[in-house]
Amino acid sequence: MTPNPTIFTPLLIASLTIFAWGCWKRFSLLSLGKPEERFDNVGTRIGEMLLYAFGQKRVLAKPFGINHSIIFWSFLILLIANTEFLLHGVFPWISLMKLPDGILLPLLLILDIVSLLALTAVIIAAVRRVISPPYPEARTFDAFFILSLICILMLAYFGINAAKISRMQEGALVLAKTWMPVSGAAAGLISPESGAAVYSVAWWAHAFALLAFICYLPYSKHMHIMTAIPNCFFRRLEKPNTVPREDFTVGKTFGVDRVDSYSWKDLLDSFSCTECGRCQKVCPASITGKPLNPRAVVHDIKVNLLENGALLKKGSEPQIPLIGDQGEGSVSVESIWGCTTCGACMEACPVFIEQMPKIIQMRRHLVENEAEFPEELLNLFENMEGRSNPWGIAPSERTKWCSQLQIKPFEKNTTEYLFYVGCAGSFDSRNKHVSVAMAQLLDKAGISWGILGKDEKCCGDSVRRLGNEFVFDKMARENVEIFKERGVRKVITQCPHCFSTLKNDYRQYGLELEVIHHSELLRNLVQDGYLKLDKTTSEMGDTVFHDSCYLGRHNDIYDAPRELLQTATGAAPKEMERNRNNAFCCGAGGGRMWMEEHVGERINLTRVKEALEEKPDTICVACPYCMTMFEDGLKDVNAAGVKVRDVAEVMAEALLR
Amino acid sequence: MLIVVCIKQVPDTTQVQIDPVTNTLIRDGIPFIVNPYDTHALEEALRLKDRFGCKVAAISMGPPNAEATLKKALALGVDHAILLSDRVFGGADTLATSNVLSAAIRKLQSDVGEVGLVLCGKQTIDGDTAQVGPGIASRLNYQQLTLVDKIVELDLASRKIRVSRKLEGRHEIVEAPLPVMMTVVRELNRPRYPKVPMRLAAAEATVEVWNNQVLKLDEQKIGLKGSPTWVSKIFSPDRASGEILGDGYADPDGTAEMLIEKLLAKDMLPI
Repeated sequence: MTPNPTIFTPLLIASLTIFAWGCWKRFSLLSLGKPEERFDNVGTRIGEMLLYAFGQKRVLAKPFGINHSIIFWSFLILLIANTEFLLHGVFPWISLMKLPDGILLPLLLILDIVSLLALTAVIIAAVRRVISPPYPEARTFDAFFILSLICILMLAYFGINAAKISRMQEGALVLAKTWMPVSGAAAGLISPESGAAVYSVAWWAHAFALLAFICYLPYSKHMHIMTAIPNCFFRRLEKPNTVPREDFTVGKTFGVDRVDSYSWKDLLDSFSCTECGRCQKVCPASITGKPLNPRAVVHDIKVNLLENGALLKKGSEPQIPLIGDQGEGSVSVESIWGCTTCGACMEACPVFIEQMPKIIQMRRHLVENEAEFPEELLNLFENMEGRSNPWGIAPSERTKWCSQLQIKPFEKNTTEYLFYVGCAGSFDSRNKHVSVAMAQLLDKAGISWGILGKDEKCCGDSVRRLGNEFVFDKMARENVEIFKERGVRKVITQCPHCFSTLKNDYRQYGLELEVIHHSELLRNLVQDGYLKLDKTTSEMGDTVFHDSCYLGRHNDIYDAPRELLQTATGAAPKEMERNRNNAFCCGAGGGRMWMEEHVGERINLTRVKEALEEKPDTICVACPYCMTMFEDGLKDVNAAGVKVRDVAEVMAEALLR
Repeated sequence: MLIVVCIKQVPDTTQVQIDPVTNTLIRDGIPFIVNPYDTHALEEALRLKDRFGCKVAAISMGPPNAEATLKKALALGVDHAILLSDRVFGGADTLATSNVLSAAIRKLQSDVGEVGLVLCGKQTIDGDTAQVGPGIASRLNYQQLTLVDKIVELDLASRKIRVSRKLEGRHEIVEAPLPVMMTVVRELNRPRYPKVPMRLAAAEATVEVWNNQVLKLDEQKIGLKGSPTWVSKIFSPDRASGEILGDGYADPDGTAEMLIEKLLAKDMLPI
């Protein structure tokens, strides 16, 4: 049976109908999402899309990514051959062969080589998935089916061309074998008599594989072929280090407990997931055996949308709850509370899915609408609201850390920098030492600085990440009011959580501050000659530096603390296996600082052990939460002799002692 | 059945200082909170509401700004919130206070429905007298069950309640016929956290205010005039300020040794 338009055309139309129906059914569900502005800066967006979608920048961040990129780029190039194939099936007079030789021959060469590359990459992908899958559940029918289809497509492509070549006359044969080396080699296996039959079989195999691919695409995870590219276009151009504000008006419900409370972009995210599993491989909760798996969260949102979509479109209630233990399509409460908001999943995702804000919005529902949360958070919430610090210590004690020092209050129009000490720096006995070191260094540098003292309030980081947006909103408004009233413009923080909240979250409240993390400020003071070191400290021995998630991943500050340590100790700090944007969380972010950790291995212990692998004398941090987690972890592993120091303490040691 | 909870707005005492000249509390800028024991009384009333479907009324005597306290009660789910506020109620001691609160409870009984239970915190953290609850019980001629840490049984049909009282080193199980006035301790329950939709609704709700034109009490029995108790002096005991010895951070071992030596010298370590 040779290509026959009367048979092929109806099959193609049917396939395209199934494809279009599948696309419509899924894409129309996006309209259930709430509005969200993602159409600004179109030029930048196009650039990012070219870089990340077509350039595969993040895919290539992992060694095996090259295999995916080969398949992707081959797919794009082979679109030429496949489009021609479909058109030729309907209108036999359409053929690449009509192109002039100068274009045709190089094109045939490219298509031939690319097909071989694609075939190889698909076989490698299949073998990898059998032998060493990215994660155990990755051995799905879905994955193997699509790999098999691509494999058949490539083999059939060679079959078609080989059959054609086998029937060619002398002159054309040489030319064809030169410009189609793979198909030419395959032609050697076909006898001239069987050429016609092979052609027919290969052509129809190709046709059925291609049509099956078209039909199957919108109903599988391979829909990402169509959604990943727009998802890169619509990504948050700024780092997704914050969450949207909530409008507190009477009669509303808060947070997200059904898919249609998410924005359309959140829903597009769920359709863009390729299920590559990179997020779960870097997630501190997943790695240490907690129920949270960021890939599963996104998958469950998709399944929930698909299952409830028809009902929601009619305005009915959803059948499967988004939050619950109903299995696929529902996200369990335990996994919602497991997130440290470290952002590793978002950093790893090749298509820029934003997992963290989705989890926080589910927390909001639990906290604000249901008042259901782990019981240890009750005190935290009340302390934060009542006394503006996590421990519920009297605000009058905020200045106790500096009772032995001469510190000036911040004065409007006079003081340049506000040193926003933060709750840990003010109340936590270990972290008070960092505040003292900072005060001494700032005085030494001779800059104009002051504190708010008893009037300083908590920035609200923990309550926001824990989903208590109502209390955060109150705290943020109060702080913004204080900053505006006092004329604060430049703020120094020693806590990356204060840093990120003041810098990124408060912008949503119309407050643009110049916020400087102490590691950057100190580095700049050294660079600009305000802090002059004539010696280095040997007190610290070998150091290793741990990146804070809210300093590094969420705000891209990696070099300042390292440079500072280099300056103060004379040697660059050692690096842990996972460092910089790939660093592993200490376990305290996202309000986890205030929660028990009963399941799996403790996150801080995992990180402490990783640090100890480098045999350091001192573990250096730039965050009070990390400080606490390391101090606690070191006690647990009995690593006597290993110290934890903040970068400011190391600096003070070199400069002042 | 109606459950009445008496709550009080108190200054956050951890933040209160005493003016050494006037011997009075410096209340300026001090945030007010709901008396912590009262939050447990409120929670228990709401649990009984959830269980038996009874109504809950929260009442509070205080200045107009005590409305905030009642709004917190509304946010938690009480059905009625009434502020007892009038200049003539001011300066009241525990006797005068219990007169006003009892009158309000009588009025609720006639306006809303039969009162079966009155719940109070065991004491307030500002006055610490623990007298107002029992005062109400005597004025209303209710049974009084103080220091309750558990409601063992509440039988509405036979109108009986059995509770556990937390006493020093022991518990006492007591049964009494309704109506009953109970004062409660912290161990009774864990107060709930308000839901945001209810907070927003409470913020917009108006709290009913009853003054003495409503309660019509004899002015000799309320406020300063009705209070036989005077506070003649209030002061912070002098405490010698300590000194910081050693540095547990720079030298933990040395500091621990020094501490042990000092404790041994004072014979404070059992050996």
